[in-house]
Amino acid sequence: MTEVVETALPKVRGAALCADGVGIRFDSFQAVQNISLDIAAGEFLCLLGPSGCGKSTLLSAMAGFVTVDEGSLSVGGARITGPDPELGMVFQSSEALFDWMTVRQNVAFGPRMRGASRAEQTKLADEYLGLVGLRHCADRFPGQLSGGMRQRVQIARVLANEPGVVLMDEPFGALDAQTRQVMQEETDRIWRASGCTVVFVTHDIDEAILLADRIAVMTAGPAASVKSVYPVDLSRPRDEDDPSAVELRRQLREDIGEEVRKALRDQGLDDASHDAEEDDR
Amino acid sequence: MTVATAAATGSAEARKRPARATASRLRALGMYTLSVLVGLAVWQLLAMAYGSSLVASPSETLNAARQLASDGTLTNSIIASSRRILIGWGLGVLVGAPVGLLVGQVPVIRQLLEPYIEFFRFIPPVAFVTLAVVWLGIGESSKVVLIFYTAVFIVTVNTSAGVMAVSESKLRAARNLGANRCQILRSIVLPSTVPHIVTGARLAMGNSFLTIVSAEIVASQVGLGSLIWTSRNYGRIDWVFVGIITLGILGFVFDRVLRIVASRVLRRYGVKL
Repeated sequence: MTEVVETALPKVRGAALCADGVGIRFDSFQAVQNISLDIAAGEFLCLLGPSGCGKSTLLSAMAGFVTVDEGSLSVGGARITGPDPELGMVFQSSEALFDWMTVRQNVAFGPRMRGASRAEQTKLADEYLGLVGLRHCADRFPGQLSGGMRQRVQIARVLANEPGVVLMDEPFGALDAQTRQVMQEETDRIWRASGCTVVFVTHDIDEAILLADRIAVMTAGPAASVKSVYPVDLSRPRDEDDPSAVELRRQLREDIGEEVRKALRDQGLDDASHDAEEDDR
Repeated sequence: MTVATAAATGSAEARKRPARATASRLRALGMYTLSVLVGLAVWQLLAMAYGSSLVASPSETLNAARQLASDGTLTNSIIASSRRILIGWGLGVLVGAPVGLLVGQVPVIRQLLEPYIEFFRFIPPVAFVTLAVVWLGIGESSKVVLIFYTAVFIVTVNTSAGVMAVSESKLRAARNLGANRCQILRSIVLPSTVPHIVTGARLAMGNSFLTIVSAEIVASQVGLGSLIWTSRNYGRIDWVFVGIITLGILGFVFDRVLRIVASRVLRRYGVKL
């Protein structure tokens, strides 16, 4: 990452995010239930859980795309009522980029929407493209970039809005293993440089251990809730072979494995659950 | 270092690419020529089989075209028909695209306009030829209005379908970044819909050619439709052939120009034709 340009960025200050007894229903289907989480300003929280457990639903509610049916969600003490530039979202698919705009125009989109001057738009875009190491790609189009680069553009685009909270929905799920690892290291660096609060959804235990201050494990859906919260007391950058990391990984595996087996039993897949148990032994 | 190597391989690639592209373009041109020659041969055989009172042969048609061109009839017909098509079609696109955007984006407008769109788009323009002449006379306006009617619904329906197909994650991203409804319409929905608008415009262009002939047959002194119709009165099958073939060539040229212009100017919006 030699092309990374270290600039005197305006320190983006993180905002505290609070979920208080949150429940979300789609018609008669209860997606998540009774979720309470206090996420401190500047904290990196990973939401970890088996697929289909409602992690993404909860994140969509935090971004204001889905309305909460019970309880409340608030950012910096103010209730979340709809999409808000304060709550930046990095989507799983880079389809969320605007293909007809250059990379710079994509990153300058938020400032442009709030009426920033052209000079300020360019300045912000170039600063954050520098932070993610893509300033040399500013005049290219998203379709000309690799998957990892496109996700970095998404991150720069969200940061250019200087949000208090960045919500990331399995942003590296579609990337190959090597790119994924680079992106995880980059995310760690960028998060520390920006100082914003991050809520990061993933089903990858190693990813969570590498990035999170705390890991919230969710129960299997429907009516998913937070099963347990693990603090990750490891120095950064993280070493995945550190004995406490190894121990944490074991605990998380056990915790999530239990939920996966429960989910399979609920779906009546008894054979599958036997297999899973045998696999564990 | 890496940049230099990338640039070097890039230029080598770039040198190879045009050569390959030229070769495949030449091959395509060859196939087109072959196909046209086979068509002409079949036409000639049919003309020989049925005689010139039923089918004018290629050479007879060419002679007739020369004859019609020398006294200016052919040129005048082409200009008259083209003008009507371009004005009516152009207005249809100019009105149909914004209306389609609003129909797709604003539920109230959709609910108010949908009954009319769904009603009129099944009534072919030909059905309105008589009314157009009675209401607007036999001047230019009746023809232009009929072409406009032909184009506007096709463009509207295509555009609104395009609006419905705008990627949900792009819309969410725009809202998340602080865009309001107007900004989303202008900065996200319109650019995403451009390929659908272009497709609608092309379909509308094709249909305009259907309409122009029927409109000119009923009420016109000049134009390709009227050329075909008056030739019947003189019993000139060869002139009819000239009219028909000119229509086909004109339509092909219009569509080609539209495709080239659209794919050059609108490439960044994903227009691939």
